[in-house]
Amino acid sequence: MTREATAETILRLIEPFNKKGVAIADATSFAGDLEFDSLTVMDFVAAIEDEFDIIISMNQQAEIETFGQLVDAVVKLQA
Amino acid sequence: MTDLFSKFDPIIAQREALLATGVTDPFNLVMEKVVSPTVAMCNGRETILLGTYNYMGMTFDPDVIAAGKQAFDDFGSGTTGSRVLNGTYAGHKAVEAALCEFYDMKHAMVFSTGYQANLGIISTIAGKGDYIILDIDSHASIWDGCKMGNAEVVPFKHNDLAAMENRLRRLPEDAGKLVILEGVYSMLGDIAPLKDMIAVAKKYGAMVLVDEAHSMGFIGPNGRGVAEDQGCLDDVDFVIGTFSKSVGTVGGFCVSNHPKFEIMRLVCRPYVFTASLPPSVVATAATSVRKLMHAADKRAHLWENSRTLHKGLRDKGFQLGTDEPQSAIISVIMPDLERGAAMWEALLHEGLYVNLARPPATPAGMTLLRCSLCALHSAEQVQTIIGMFTRAGERVGII
Repeated sequence: MTREATAETILRLIEPFNKKGVAIADATSFAGDLEFDSLTVMDFVAAIEDEFDIIISMNQQAEIETFGQLVDAVVKLQA
Repeated sequence: MTDLFSKFDPIIAQREALLATGVTDPFNLVMEKVVSPTVAMCNGRETILLGTYNYMGMTFDPDVIAAGKQAFDDFGSGTTGSRVLNGTYAGHKAVEAALCEFYDMKHAMVFSTGYQANLGIISTIAGKGDYIILDIDSHASIWDGCKMGNAEVVPFKHNDLAAMENRLRRLPEDAGKLVILEGVYSMLGDIAPLKDMIAVAKKYGAMVLVDEAHSMGFIGPNGRGVAEDQGCLDDVDFVIGTFSKSVGTVGGFCVSNHPKFEIMRLVCRPYVFTASLPPSVVATAATSVRKLMHAADKRAHLWENSRTLHKGLRDKGFQLGTDEPQSAIISVIMPDLERGAAMWEALLHEGLYVNLARPPATPAGMTLLRCSLCALHSAEQVQTIIGMFTRAGERVGII
């Protein structure tokens, strides 16, 4: 899947968790801008993992802070 | 200078706000005198204990006390050393032998606490390039064991068999895998479908560690825990347990049939680099573990207590953590921390102590009043408890 298509799919998956309707760009951060708490992160990561049939271990999650970083990581994990 | 404590400001503020409402500090209770496994003096008032992990009521058992006193006389107050240096006495070997017999397993290794047993075993056996697949509601000691090691950590939704299998399926086939489960999850008191989960773990070539801290002594035909109860203990590679609950003292352990298990004594840092348990503690533990092998009547009474309290509270309109009683923990769900603390205090005034549990220890941000029963609670005490809950619940407006 291309980066663009991956980004589009992730945008769709963020929607139910984006309670305040924050506009999302590559630099949007999950903890700061989207205010994801640890429980939300867990549900969101599970949704991404199931959609792309990948694993994002907690060690890898620690390196991902923004939407752009997540898209890059998912592109890499699918390769 | 940056104050390193500024990161705690949110929790300091939350705590101050709670205490400003005038409630007694729920995390600062002192027991002035302990009368029995089920009764203590708190703030000068006789209080029924419904928030200890003294499931089998062994803390005042005369044989247990006698064994501890004898060990004080024979071996002194402490070992002043590590198990691998000068800290292994006859009592340490004796309690490990008792555990091997209790679980019918070949190896047992005793740690200074249950926390250290999880910390040590998990961080040591799952290393760089290995994967740990664990339930998201795992105890803090399991999470800390993951953090201390170098394995890749992959959590799955609580008790969700499909979520666990999906994650195992996506992992490299030849990677080392450790699945970590608990028999009883202590916040809601629910049990895991271990039989199905362990079968799936084995299908994907994973080793399995089960923490049976909250089931030892009363779940399963021989009190070996939920895995024994579901007939899958033979497929568990490592059982983690504790002496601080049903056994009634302090300490932790791991039992296993792994042929190379004994090497753990040399490579497991939380075992090596700490002082061993005092002689009195291992003596009381060994005596208690042996008595728990023959405690069928107490097990039956504890289950009766659990069923009675669960039904009694549900009938009065309380919202409980499980639909059916699954363990000796009955968790009452509170609408929020403020009313949870108010209810906790109202119960204390009635003469009842329960645990107030709140995030991050609890799942899904819940505030809970956790009731843990004892085999020595009498049927009358359980009825008294239901009455106290009803009066307190009406006063605080929970029911």
